[in-house]
This record gives sequence, C-alpha cells and structure tokens, in this order.
Amino acid sequence: MKLDELRSKLSYQGLSLGGVALLTSVILAVASRATEADIQKAEALDLQQSLAIVLPIQYDNDVTKDTVVLPSPEGEVTVYRARKAGKVDAVVYRVIGRGYSGAIVCVMGVSREGKILGVRVLKHAETPGLGDKIEPAKSKWIFSFDGKFLGNPQAEKWAVKKDGGEFDQFAGATITPRAVVKAVKGGLDFFAKERSKLLDEVGANS
Amino acid sequence: MTEKYTRITRDGLWDNNVVFVQMLALCPTLAVTSTVTNGLGMGLATTAVLVFSNMIISAVRHWVSAEVRIPIYIVLIATLVTLVDMSLNAWVHELYKVLGLFIALIVVNCAILGRAEAFASKSSVTDSALDGLMMGLGFTASLVLIGGVRELLGSGTLFANAHLLLGPAFAFLETTIVTDYKGFLLMILPPGGFMVVGLLLAAKRVIDQRRVARAELVATEASNN
Repeated sequence: MKLDELRSKLSYQGLSLGGVALLTSVILAVASRATEADIQKAEALDLQQSLAIVLPIQYDNDVTKDTVVLPSPEGEVTVYRARKAGKVDAVVYRVIGRGYSGAIVCVMGVSREGKILGVRVLKHAETPGLGDKIEPAKSKWIFSFDGKFLGNPQAEKWAVKKDGGEFDQFAGATITPRAVVKAVKGGLDFFAKERSKLLDEVGANS
Repeated sequence: MTEKYTRITRDGLWDNNVVFVQMLALCPTLAVTSTVTNGLGMGLATTAVLVFSNMIISAVRHWVSAEVRIPIYIVLIATLVTLVDMSLNAWVHELYKVLGLFIALIVVNCAILGRAEAFASKSSVTDSALDGLMMGLGFTASLVLIGGVRELLGSGTLFANAHLLLGPAFAFLETTIVTDYKGFLLMILPPGGFMVVGLLLAAKRVIDQRRVARAELVATEASNN
C-alpha cells in the first residue's frame, strides 16, 4: 500500500508532525479569539463579585473601572475605589501573605476612616483541615478583622495570640493565620501611607 | 459484535479499570479525591476528554507514522484539553471555577495517552469512542469510591459542595454522616489517599479471586481469562 511506504519516509514523518502542530496552533488561535471576550467578561464579573463581598456599603460608581495603581513593598497594587456622590468612600485592594505553602491572596476593603470593612481569602494552598480555616466556609475566623483599624488593636497586638497578639491561631496551624494577620496589617500600613492618593484628595486624575 | 462491545465495557468498568488494574492516573487520583464531589468532577471531565481524544486518534491512525506517533498524540490531546479549558472558562464560568484546576491536570493524565496508544491507534472510531466512554466511567466510579471513603473518614460528610458542581438542585446530596465530627486529617492528606487506594485494590483482588474460585467450583468451562 502506498500509504505504508510513505509513512516510513523521514520527510513524511517530519512534515506530518509539523502539519499537526500547525493545524492545532491554528485551531487554538481561532478558539482563543472566539473565547477571549467572554472570558474577560466572566473574569470582570468575578472581580466585581469579590469586590462586593468586602464592600458592605452603598456606592454609586463602577468600582471595577475606578482604579489607581500605587507602589507598595509587595510590588504594584491596583486599588479599586467605591464612591458616593463623587467622594471616595472605601477602597479595595489585594494583599498577599506568605503562608505555609505559598502565597495566600487576600482582598480587603477599607473605609475612608481606615477601618476594615472585610477581608476574604481569594486563593491559597494551605493544608486542608488545618490552615484552610481562613476560608469563611470553614470557620468564622476571617471575620475577626471586621471593624479593626490601626490603633484597635495597638500595633504590637496585630499578631496571633501565640505571639502576644489579639488574633486566634488554629490548632495545629500557626503559620497560616500569622501570615494573614501580617498581610492585613501590611495592607493597613499601606493605606495609612498612601491615604491621600487613595482617597483622591490630591487632585489626581484617575 | 455485541460480544466485542460487552468486552470493551467490562474492560473499562472492571477487568481493566484505569486506577485499580492499569494503575494509571494515580497522580490526579490522589490529588483530587479528598471529597466525592471533586472525584466526580475530575472523573467526568476526564471522560469527556477521553472519548474525544480516542475518536480523533482513531480517525487519524492510518496517517500517523509509528516513529512520531507519541508527539502527535500529545499535541492532539493537549489541544483538545486546551479547547475544553477555554470554552468552559468562557461559557460556563461557574463550573469552570470548580473544575478549572482539574482540567489542566488532564493533560498529564497518562491514562489518556495510554488508551490512545493501547486501543485507539488500533481500533475503529466507534470502538474507540466506546472504549473512551467506558474507561472514563470506570475511572469516575473509582474516583467517587476513593473520594467517598476518604471524605467519610476524613471529614464525616459525603458530597460536600455538590451544588457547586451539579447545580443547586443536587444540594440534597450533601449529607453530614457523622455530626460534630472532629475530622481525621490523615485521610484528607495524600498518605490517606495511598492507603485507601491500597485497601480498595486489595478488596478488588479478593473479589476477583473469589469469583474465579467459585467459577471453578461450579466446574463449568475453565475461566482462564
């Protein structure tokens, strides 16, 4: 059979492999184009939902569009701002903690007075059953930040109880809550430092 | 003809089960079976990919040279998985948030390449599709079983978070078997997975041996295969 002869030729093998690679690349490029817009829409909706959780207040602007990018010790931070009648009422941004197994990505909402409106963990890889009590589905721990600010508790009390602080640790897992507490404290320090820029009070053009 | 289909079905579901006989795909198996729901999600996603990859590879089998078949299969499977990943992300985003992690894992699932190599590259498209479906269902059943044992022993629940995967209509599946259970962490962690797989594997062997013994006892025709 002719196909049998062809298949054993080196040139045919190389060309067929190349042809398959080319064809699949074209298919993937087309599929990527076709899905791009919908993926972005879905991710924007995700972002909006995760922002809404830590913004338990009334606001009248599109938070996902009203952003400002500021430098921080952890790299650049995108800050989303919720306004009421043009005035920034609260800001939301990500903070990242170094947990037991990699980054713990949190999102926190802070009012213009510097009070925490809410903290949620978006992504983590902590040990199931031990460190995952930072998820609201597993434990109420993450709500212990609500209403806190720098000064309540005092700076040295922003730690887990084992380190002389105010926040609970979990049985068998101290590193995880310690990382989250530190990240949230860092978030508040960032707010204190960049307050005027965050609240749009220095005539920044956003 | 029917006999052949029965053979393929039995192979996939029991005689040549991906996890318990071929011992393939153990990495995703151990990684996701901490709950029934995760096992089910991974199983169904893999089944879908397996059916299509088997069909495509069977369709092109005459044009593929033996020397370059492995890279060609891998490129085809990776493309298929990426397509599934992108379309789920775009059009069923809620489901994607649950399954997203598993879909990337399917590319490295050696069961898929294994079936391409062992079956689809030598069989017709219909046979390969059936083989993919049955192997996939056998894989799903194994994951659900392992997930069930680990979830029950580890957290005292069954089908936790099923509504995220199957929709709110299936929330009734979520049951707490042991209330106020403190949890048995070892079962949730990978070592517990190994233990459960080992024990279930032993149980399957016992069942198979008993069946053979009984068949000999009845003294019908020798059941060698």
